[in-house]
Amino acid sequence: MIESTGAMSNEFDASAAKARCNDFRRRILEISQQVQALHIGSAYSCTEIVDCIYYELMRRDSDGSSPDTFLMSKGHGCMIQYVILEAMGVLSRKDLDKYCTPEGKLGCHPDYGNPGIEASTGSLGHGLSMAVGMALAEKGQRKSGLIYTVLSDGEVQEGSTWEATLMASSLGCDNLIAFIDNNDFQSLGRTSETHPSFYPIVEKYQAFGWEAVEIQGHDSRAVFEAVENRRGGKPLMVVAKTTKGKGVSYMENVPIWHYRSPSSEEYEQALKELKAASNA
Amino acid sequence: MRNIFSQTLFDAANTDPRVYVVVADISPAGPMAEFTNKYPERFINVGVAEQSMIGICAGLALKGCRPFAYTIATFTLYRPFEMVRDDLCYQNLPVTVVGMGSGIIYSTLGGTHHTQEDVSICNALPNMQIIAPCDPSETKESTFWCALKNNNGPVYLKLGKAGEPDLTKDAIDPWEFGKIRYITKGSDTCIISYGVIMKQAKEVSDALAAKGQSVSLVSCHTLKPLDYEGVSRVLRDHKRVIVIEENAPSGGLVSMVKQIAWDNAAKCDLYAFGLKDEFIHNYGSHEDLLDSHGISVSRILAAVG
Repeated sequence: MIESTGAMSNEFDASAAKARCNDFRRRILEISQQVQALHIGSAYSCTEIVDCIYYELMRRDSDGSSPDTFLMSKGHGCMIQYVILEAMGVLSRKDLDKYCTPEGKLGCHPDYGNPGIEASTGSLGHGLSMAVGMALAEKGQRKSGLIYTVLSDGEVQEGSTWEATLMASSLGCDNLIAFIDNNDFQSLGRTSETHPSFYPIVEKYQAFGWEAVEIQGHDSRAVFEAVENRRGGKPLMVVAKTTKGKGVSYMENVPIWHYRSPSSEEYEQALKELKAASNA
Repeated sequence: MRNIFSQTLFDAANTDPRVYVVVADISPAGPMAEFTNKYPERFINVGVAEQSMIGICAGLALKGCRPFAYTIATFTLYRPFEMVRDDLCYQNLPVTVVGMGSGIIYSTLGGTHHTQEDVSICNALPNMQIIAPCDPSETKESTFWCALKNNNGPVYLKLGKAGEPDLTKDAIDPWEFGKIRYITKGSDTCIISYGVIMKQAKEVSDALAAKGQSVSLVSCHTLKPLDYEGVSRVLRDHKRVIVIEENAPSGGLVSMVKQIAWDNAAKCDLYAFGLKDEFIHNYGSHEDLLDSHGISVSRILAAVG
């Protein structure tokens, strides 16, 4: 596993990233009280990854637009994407207040056509192929855009993901940067116990012609450095070791929090923990 | 059809840099080699990986390209069905899904290589358009339309294989997306069909004309959106209408014409010929297989008199 150095990326503001991620978790927690389900554990699992992509890795033009593209392959984790897009002014507070209601436009999975959403996902195993197509379009059109995507570890079990894995390297998509949110949990248990042959992941991707590294996925600086320090010339896979439900003690590594929303008592406890973490 | 398809696609690519072809280890014959040589970055072979083929096409289209996904029909449509539905139809992207060798043309390769129900399946998909040209000329028109004029979403382009005769050289109407097309026009009987089985429909038409009947032959090349008004007029203007298709009994042209006949309280006699609701376990020529499902020329003529 590559540890963050703290020295190589002077521009990286770890305390700002930590504060943002805490804010995003609290905002997701707030929204959880509007609905019965919102995949809170899945969003908390990839909070630092998605935050780093949007705030540190995607290049920004003066008008805020980016030549780079982010595609949320693990569509069920999109609540973190929504709250980041809200913070960036791409989605409005009203959009999120109307989440999953007849008056709103945002649902539990990203829909292409909504502001800031580059592709419809939700069914697992679709995102990486679409990301490869986007990467090929960028290269074919002689553009310099980078394509970022985040996959769940569960969806890496889809055969279609392996088709795209083979294609990305074979077709020279060195402008593709993918993350696996490797929280080691899926609906029926720990992946390392139910499907031990899923591991090792890094070596599999290297064997498929990718550059691949493993990091601590809740270390924002490690996320940043994994991309910034890549050798290049190949698609990059960052295997991010994460904790499902990260940030709220009773949610961590408990599969039920893949989906459900906290009760009011649970909400209060989670808020207390997140407030304490922001002051730590 | 394959040759004219690849020639047309190459011509379209010369006109529009957004045209890509993404194949799954099967490439169109003929001029596709020119395409590959001239535009290597726009010819993508994903290997035997059809799910990825459709997903890559979606990604290309999301970035403004106009890709064609190409392989044998069962592998462009059935193997990656969820990608066709979610990536192309749900996102309403201008990707052409080319079903080469559709229907039961691969008559000796067995049921795994047949698409008996491709039209029915595509008809059920929101945003999907369906075009099934009947000869090389209609293939050219259809391919150009998909590449350069389609301003809507995905298209299922249902093709044959090779050696299809020219049936529309003297057609009365030009090819126009979304409109039925009279190849010949009469007043007694109208035969309406599409795709490769139009060859048999033409032979039925010729046989009936030889018996002294005044026969219309109509190409219903665009199956979705169907030309509702055009079909309504066919039903109104003829004493007898014969629908011939190489598709399952549900969800194809037969079903749609019957619906329109009901909607319009049509007075004409209506005869329907299509594949049975059965897989095919026998082999032989394309005509042999059509015969086994009751839709060879001789069986149709025996039924309609």
